[in-house]
Amino acid sequence: MIEKKGRALLLGDGPVITASAAVGGKKEGEGPLGASFDLIVKDPYAGEKTWEKAECLLQKKAVTLAINKAGRSPTEVELLFSGDLINQCTPSCYAAVGLGIPSVGLFGACSTAAEGLALAALLLEAGACDRAVSVTSSHFCTAERQFRTPLAYGGQRAPTAQWTVTGSGAFLLERQGSGPRVRGALLGKPVDMGISDVTNMGAAMAPAACDTLAAFFRDSGKTPDDFDLILTGDLGSVGHRIVQEQLGQEGISLDDRYQDCGLLVYDSARQDTHAGGSGCGCSAVVLAGHILREMAKGSLKNVLLAGTGALMSPMSLQQGESIVGIAHLVWISAE
Amino acid sequence: MEMTKKQYKDYVKQVSPASPLVADMARAFVSGGLICTVGQVFSLLYRSMGLSQQTAGTLTSVTMIFLGALLTALNVYDDLARFSGAGTVIPITGFANSVASPAMEFRSEGLILGVGAKMFTVAGPVLVYGILSSAAYGLILWILQRM
Amino acid sequence: MFIEELLPAFLTGGVICAIAQVLIDKTALTPARIVVLFVVVGVVLTALGLYQPLVDFGGAGATVPIMGFGYLLANGVKEAVIQDGLLGVLTGGATAAAAGISAAVVFGWLASVTARPKAK
Repeated sequence: MIEKKGRALLLGDGPVITASAAVGGKKEGEGPLGASFDLIVKDPYAGEKTWEKAECLLQKKAVTLAINKAGRSPTEVELLFSGDLINQCTPSCYAAVGLGIPSVGLFGACSTAAEGLALAALLLEAGACDRAVSVTSSHFCTAERQFRTPLAYGGQRAPTAQWTVTGSGAFLLERQGSGPRVRGALLGKPVDMGISDVTNMGAAMAPAACDTLAAFFRDSGKTPDDFDLILTGDLGSVGHRIVQEQLGQEGISLDDRYQDCGLLVYDSARQDTHAGGSGCGCSAVVLAGHILREMAKGSLKNVLLAGTGALMSPMSLQQGESIVGIAHLVWISAE
Repeated sequence: MEMTKKQYKDYVKQVSPASPLVADMARAFVSGGLICTVGQVFSLLYRSMGLSQQTAGTLTSVTMIFLGALLTALNVYDDLARFSGAGTVIPITGFANSVASPAMEFRSEGLILGVGAKMFTVAGPVLVYGILSSAAYGLILWILQRM
Repeated sequence: MFIEELLPAFLTGGVICAIAQVLIDKTALTPARIVVLFVVVGVVLTALGLYQPLVDFGGAGATVPIMGFGYLLANGVKEAVIQDGLLGVLTGGATAAAAGISAAVVFGWLASVTARPKAK
């Protein structure tokens, strides 16, 4: 049953994440969370002709791995939620083609992982289906060419710039089974604080994360102390600091339990990733790999993920629009 | 968050790390200087072969453009640029890089609409505004001649 | 080859690039815009007679940076207008820059058919 408390949606026992899979690229595999990936695809082309096809392959691998891990077959899955960063989400479309699962394409920029999880959990809880998969992907090369400059172009990255994660994370959610449960969700409001600097996405998305987290603590009756870990999707070092400071000023102290997936996925000093990781794959691989493994071990019980996204396109930026941020939240509990 | 957009912008500026200006400038100075020195070596070489100043100059440009495109094709130019910043953007090798890199990138969309159409997505503005400003200068010169 | 022929080139080119770096770090201008700015500045400085002394001193240090492309265009237009009159306005610049532009097209195209961009 879904209990609506203000904007917070509480799911009672909630659907179970019975399996998840994280697929990463070479750089991600070399990062601090390398050991938590189910599969590392070292070749950025993944043996394909284009990077877009490579990203599609990563997504397909993540979905099939997650389904296989639970001992299920794709025919048993009733709904697929998928998304990525590329125009019209084509990597997701092509990845879904062979699977034969009814699909819902999502675009929430880098917040899509949390958005997909939230929607899948809500539909399961509402009884619309018994088994659903949520998957997202991003690829450094497909994102660079769409949003920035050609890969071989000689540019310098700003210290606030972030590095798009090459990877895909998939989650299988079921109404019955064992595993952590999705106990709550909150869907975010788009927030525009006038930031138009593409090399500082963390700053553009942080206000949305603040809004979502503040709304959740206000409406759900929970406090940060109820959670072992509070995560934002890909705010990087700048956005992490902003959320910490701004929520602190509103009397919500997150302290050390606040982390950002973009900061966890790379070792910025060693891997030259500046402010941290980003992309639809960022929070997906961190959650599907590292976090859910820790929850299975019992070292984490209650985790909040506010997936953050920058809703913009190269066209909107060239037309002088600022970057709209959004943050969708899911509460995952192993209790 | 109780802030106006203006207040937020100022706040963001305050919490965002700035580029290390002095180190960046030093790297741009040394790398840009070195590229120009290479150009000077070729220019002296072509002159010593008995070529005219103008031909030697043209040949030097062509040589530097070749080197820029070659290093781009070898996927080395972007590595150099990560270190050099403006030192690899401003020399004509950077112009070659800005033509060759989209050409390579958009090969996946085919030779005509990929390579052909996208080759000047980065470098096009340089040609447009370079030629436009030279035409404006020519026109002014022509009018002045008539007065 | 003497150090006195190379050092001015190094210094001139280095200073021009360092100035561009200040613009990259301190303003919101992207490198692509700065390159456009420098070409136009090259044309303007040449038109005002201010760039020639820099070329006399620095040689390739002044002609290799993208400002030198502006210098080339401006000088080409000037010669063509003196020789051919009004038509020179349209022929001068591109004629002077023809080798550079064609070289970029030819070598860029060759790069695209021989090499694949690599992820870092």
